[in-house]
Amino acid sequence: MSRTIIGFGVSLLALIGLVILPTVIDAYGVGLLLGLAGYVTLATAWALFSGPTRYVSLATVAFFGIGAYTVAVLSETLPYPLVLLVAALLGMVVAVLVGLATLRLAGVYFVIFTFGLAELIRQLVTWYEVNVTGTLGRYIFLPFSATDIYWQLLGLGAVTLLIGWWIGRSRIGLALKVIGDDEVVAAHAGIDIARIKLALFTVSATIMTLVGAIQAPRWTYVEPSIVFNPTISFLTLIMALLGGATRLWGPLLGAVPLFLMFEWLSANFPSHYSIILGCLFIVIVFVVPRGVLAFIEEHSGRFRNRKPEESAK
Amino acid sequence: MIVTAIISGLVLGGTYALVAMGLTLQYGISRIMNLAYGETIIIAAFCAYLLVSQLGINPVLGLIIILPGAFAFGYLVYGLMMQPLVKRSAKSGTLEVDSILATFGLLFVLQGVMLVVFGSNYTSYSYLNFGVQIFGATIGANRLLAFVLAVVIGAALYLALTRTRWGTAIRAVAVAPQSAPLVGIDVNRTARFAFALGATLAASGGVMISMYQTFTASMGVIFTMKALVVVIMGGLGNLMGALVAGLLLGLVETLVATYVDPGLTLAATYAIFLAVLLWRPSGLFGKAAS
Repeated sequence: MSRTIIGFGVSLLALIGLVILPTVIDAYGVGLLLGLAGYVTLATAWALFSGPTRYVSLATVAFFGIGAYTVAVLSETLPYPLVLLVAALLGMVVAVLVGLATLRLAGVYFVIFTFGLAELIRQLVTWYEVNVTGTLGRYIFLPFSATDIYWQLLGLGAVTLLIGWWIGRSRIGLALKVIGDDEVVAAHAGIDIARIKLALFTVSATIMTLVGAIQAPRWTYVEPSIVFNPTISFLTLIMALLGGATRLWGPLLGAVPLFLMFEWLSANFPSHYSIILGCLFIVIVFVVPRGVLAFIEEHSGRFRNRKPEESAK
Repeated sequence: MIVTAIISGLVLGGTYALVAMGLTLQYGISRIMNLAYGETIIIAAFCAYLLVSQLGINPVLGLIIILPGAFAFGYLVYGLMMQPLVKRSAKSGTLEVDSILATFGLLFVLQGVMLVVFGSNYTSYSYLNFGVQIFGATIGANRLLAFVLAVVIGAALYLALTRTRWGTAIRAVAVAPQSAPLVGIDVNRTARFAFALGATLAASGGVMISMYQTFTASMGVIFTMKALVVVIMGGLGNLMGALVAGLLLGLVETLVATYVDPGLTLAATYAIFLAVLLWRPSGLFGKAAS
């Protein structure tokens, strides 16, 4: 128990540090922090569902885009907190619908459907905008500075980590581990697989929607092809995988170095960006299939093996 | 108008069916879910374009060069990338997820290389670009040729798989990979061969598509999606199912584009995909779900 308290204390101190940080660094640094906070939250939210269940979801940007687009459509007609609420509700409703339709599907089917979901929503939004409203693209005028957006994302990220921590030590977390290991066993143990998966998928998707909604004011101009850019799904996935999707801090650990690297790459090698991204994907799958954290644990096995015995005494 | 739509739908569906057969070979026999499949199609389309525009070789003759190249490519990719994953997952059973993620990386690499080499513009060339009358409907000669080629290649493959000893071995691996070695089948070699064969079919589809359609370096994902939808609709690993589902998809797409809105073809594709999955999770021709 004392370790938990120390962990919370350190996390809280880090959080306070991160809150103060934008007041001492320049605008470029704040921009970096903002993007970082966004991806850490996305990756952590992704791992909430996909880590324990091993369902590889590529629908991240579908929800992210729903959030961003909701803000673009409603920012001038509703007060901002209400807009966020509507976005969250929309994301939730879509997640429940998608979940009900697809969570019964096994591995590949699920990957493929989520793969196409963002594209489907993008096409529907584009079609609607062109044929019904007559314009493609919208402007967002909200009086938020980069720091304001960063603080909101930071708060959401902290809440996401907290949810992850709570799930990890609750009965749901235990049930999820069983589902991830063997669904048949889980079903026989009386676990309501469908309901738990659906609930988790919805929580994860709602957080992703909120990230999109909060980040939307960063773009003053929004278009379906911008907010439904599939690269966001891929980056989220690879970040969570690099760190380790089954650990609470894994996605964060993967998101920080990868985000900084991709920032640097897209600035310096814009045309070779996707080649490098692809190579990185392959390397991660081959070298650290279960994430850096698990990799370190396995390879420092000599030191770790002694510890449980000692603590058992 | 309706006749034109139906005929051009079926013609388009022929290419889809051929392309989906390749994917069904790769997934059904090699057990690799290849998300970079569409990139193979686009690479072949670019190769055909280069042959036509640089060397003046017509695309049908180009097949003689492109298809063996695609086979070698598939053979190499399986050996270098998939084999280690297959070996590793023998114990842990993670091949499905691993292969998805690895081919995902491959998708980006191939797409990135094509973007660097060819840029992101729409590409096309003119070949047999005149209309032909069939049942009172006018259809492009290049489309018709593509359809005929798809039928010939598809039929040849079907016969080879069902009538030869070698095809029987391949099907045996698809049905019972654990038991196949008992009758002296080298599963690893068969899987590698099937994977390469799948890449060859993808490439032939790519050459056909390049005959009548504009394409870009980043279009592969769309073809992967369509092939997957067809494969799943037809039932995984079922060649006959891939054929019927491919024709059906081509038909639906053309009808939606003609009578509803060209911007909604992809939405229609997903709608069918979801409907089929909910109605028959194992596909139209798949065996009953376990």
